[in-house]
Amino acid sequence: MSDNLKQSMSLAKPDAQDLSVKQKTALAIGFTGCFILVLALFNTHFSNKSLFLTLSMVLITVGTIIFSNDAYLNISKGIKNDGVWFKSISSRGVLGWLTGIFLTLFYIVLYFYPKYLGLASDGKSNTGLIALFDPLSQLLSGRPASQWFVYGTLYTVAILIFGYKFILKYRDNKYEKLRTVSVMFFQLAFAFLIPELMYRLNSDLPYYDLKSIWPLNYYNFDRYRVDQFIDAGDVGLALLIFGIVSILIITPILTYKYGKRWYCSWVCGCGALAETVGDPFRHLSDKRQIAWKIERWVVHSVLVFVVLMTTAVVYSYLGNDSSKYWLTRKLFLGLVTALLTVVFTLTMIFKRQELGKDARYSAIGYFVVIIFLIGLHYFSTDTKLFLFKSETLRTTYAFLIGAIFSGVIGTGFYPIFGSRVWCRFGCPMAAILGFQQRLFSKFRITTNGGQCISCGNCSTYCEMGIDVRAYAQKGENIVRSSCVGCGICSAVCPRGVLKLENGSMKGRINPTEILLGNDVNLMDLVNQK
Amino acid sequence: MEHVVIIGNGISGVTATRHIRKLSNKKITIISAESDYFFSRTALMYVYMGHMKFEHTKPYEDWFWEKNRINLKKGFVKNIETATKTLHFSDGETLEYDKLIIATGSKPNTFGWKGQDLKGVQGLYSKQDLENLEVYAPNNTICKRAVIVGGGLIGIELAEMLNSRNIPVTFLVRESSFWNSVLPDGESQMINKHIKTHHIDLRLSSNLKEIVSDEHGKVKSVIIEQTDEEIACDFVGLAAGVSPNIDFIKQSDIEANKGVLVNRFLETNIPDVYAIGDCAEQREVICNRKSIEAVWYTGRMMGEVVAQTICGQKMPYNPGHWFNSAKFFDIEYQTYGWVHGSKGKPNDEAHFHWKHNDDTKCITIAFNKNTNQFLGINTFGIRMRHEVFDRWLTEKRTIDYVINHLQEANFNPEFYKHYEQDIQNAYKNQLQII
Repeated sequence: MSDNLKQSMSLAKPDAQDLSVKQKTALAIGFTGCFILVLALFNTHFSNKSLFLTLSMVLITVGTIIFSNDAYLNISKGIKNDGVWFKSISSRGVLGWLTGIFLTLFYIVLYFYPKYLGLASDGKSNTGLIALFDPLSQLLSGRPASQWFVYGTLYTVAILIFGYKFILKYRDNKYEKLRTVSVMFFQLAFAFLIPELMYRLNSDLPYYDLKSIWPLNYYNFDRYRVDQFIDAGDVGLALLIFGIVSILIITPILTYKYGKRWYCSWVCGCGALAETVGDPFRHLSDKRQIAWKIERWVVHSVLVFVVLMTTAVVYSYLGNDSSKYWLTRKLFLGLVTALLTVVFTLTMIFKRQELGKDARYSAIGYFVVIIFLIGLHYFSTDTKLFLFKSETLRTTYAFLIGAIFSGVIGTGFYPIFGSRVWCRFGCPMAAILGFQQRLFSKFRITTNGGQCISCGNCSTYCEMGIDVRAYAQKGENIVRSSCVGCGICSAVCPRGVLKLENGSMKGRINPTEILLGNDVNLMDLVNQK
Repeated sequence: MEHVVIIGNGISGVTATRHIRKLSNKKITIISAESDYFFSRTALMYVYMGHMKFEHTKPYEDWFWEKNRINLKKGFVKNIETATKTLHFSDGETLEYDKLIIATGSKPNTFGWKGQDLKGVQGLYSKQDLENLEVYAPNNTICKRAVIVGGGLIGIELAEMLNSRNIPVTFLVRESSFWNSVLPDGESQMINKHIKTHHIDLRLSSNLKEIVSDEHGKVKSVIIEQTDEEIACDFVGLAAGVSPNIDFIKQSDIEANKGVLVNRFLETNIPDVYAIGDCAEQREVICNRKSIEAVWYTGRMMGEVVAQTICGQKMPYNPGHWFNSAKFFDIEYQTYGWVHGSKGKPNDEAHFHWKHNDDTKCITIAFNKNTNQFLGINTFGIRMRHEVFDRWLTEKRTIDYVINHLQEANFNPEFYKHYEQDIQNAYKNQLQII
């Protein structure tokens, strides 16, 4: 086959993929809205900021709505992936790369050079893009906007408008519709409105997106936050306790019942962006086995890193004297060690078989952490942990993982690596939930007997890069730690083979060699070996 | 070391290969003239439609074969010399085998139509067909209209494919209603409507008379037999079924009819030569099944079985309850057990039919009129569980049992609307009418 064919399997660009006049108009409207933001960025003076901010957001929204309506409502319900691999934007073409570069630059400016967005310094007032958002910020929380407010607003608007598009695209699929309404709601209410309103009610409280759980919000137990929580009185203390309960009690229960999807594709803000804005890029994830191997190493390393970092940070501000404060350094290290040991022991006792080779790696991980904790106890002074400051560990994590990985690479590279790079390779929360999903959860994707035709739509459209087909064509349930339960594999399957289900733990993992439909004796003979 | 050679790297040959490797240390070679690596033929349509790239149709990564010590050989077998157990390739090369599995699949049927070999006239079966399709029907400028001949599963897939690139399609169907040689009338009519809602020019009871050439030996138009109407077109898709791809076998001692004749052990008349999948023809009828089954699933099953035989555990091909699936544009279809269309329906088979009024969902349950035994189900637009129907068929449940327990078989995604109550009510009403 010629290279040309390999590129897109199309010699001439298929006409069907061209945009309609209405869609072009919609794009023009949307980009006009974006252009207002660009003008603001270059310090164009708007006499009425509220008006222009509203105008910008309305134009972007209306443009997206018109575009989506024209793209999906005029045609029958069903799977809408025609031409996905022919379009420049969604097949790593020129538009894809340009978008990727633009997003990456945006993230770099946002994280490291917010002054170029117009962030005020030394008590002056904001300028540029950030100043445009001042009226909205004043309205919600009564303070001027920051780069994070601007980002949060754009992030929320993006999820809402592309969520609308996603709902139209999958309007025959109630699971997808409900899930999308859920992420839209949690983003708007929990990530955007509630924290701003909370600030209005009690300005002592730190910004707290209640659905963002440690270790995803790795900073939750930093000294300044814990201080703020405690200083804010009962409400603050309740929030601090909620933060601990979220990861230790709420998360395990929900993950046991529903799999990690309850969080990753129904609640989480990162997931929300990936599922809505990122949907046109979901098929770009790497499906090779090597990618899976890298994924497991990287994501679990991040998890170990965040556990150590958080422990060290908390350790560094605790005291040694139990009369002042009941949680001392010693007690804290003891509690962390005990928790990790309980988890490790229970896993080894009950799930040793399922872990197989991975048991060795998890044992190594466990002992690295424990040795670190012991080292912390013996080799740290009041100001230093080992030889460096705990703050160094904290800032390194914030820079490498918090900014570069989750932002610049995670989202900036959507059009190149697909929409879930961060969730798959970097998110420590996903690693914890995934560990539990693999071993202690009722969730699985069921394969429908022998009906698979190995077409590969499921694997292609898996944003987590899971080779779904490899399981489906063996008649085996899909039980993978990385699965976020988005349900798209099931939606795109042309033969009705896949179903996301919560069921009994027994028989959840069911490797088969001979599929249903063949000689019963042969199936028994081979499959029971 | 015994050398097992498999001709054909489709689902049958590859399934056999995988199982032989699992069960033994034999030397294995797969021969294909079509592609370097196994790909899923069923996914070719999605490559044309831009849902997937060709790379995605390969179920195993390229390193898989070497890692599992499976030799892949690209070449076209011209002749099999069974006396010396030697394969002769078209380029003059030879290869010796100890055991041979013929798994060469199908080729599209042609019926000696005038013009069937013109440029722009083809079936849709192989990777080469897909490449040709990109030449003759890449868009609606080069291909102003396409005509599809034959109202079966490949025909409707071709219609969907061309439609995805906005190429106007005329769909010639010999039968009076789409695929009614297999589907009961209610379902067949629902699919007729569905095809038309996708703006396909569906011509029922229409046969192809001839294909007309332009001055360059390319298709210019087709003529319909019934009306003598001439339809201008740039592409003709031949989708009037498939037949075994076994021309290369004709000169050998291997006995063949339409397909390579095999016994229940998938053995041909020559020792150590087996045939599986689309190209095999059963000497002995198995239940209601046709002697040649050109279906993905049966090819896979034969592959599973023949591997056991070759590795010393001799086994007859003994398929369980019939099942199949397809997708007609947006409507998924699954079938379990036997539900006959009006033509081949046995006298004691009766049907219960339910259709949703949105014309995208319906089911037909076949049962024995005298005993009420459940015989099979066709389901459109509602996914159902293979395992549950397989069990009910084995347990010889009655239709009442099936209707009352239909929810157990539901395989639709979570939160989907359920139709079991509707179906049960319709069933009760229908009984009252009778």
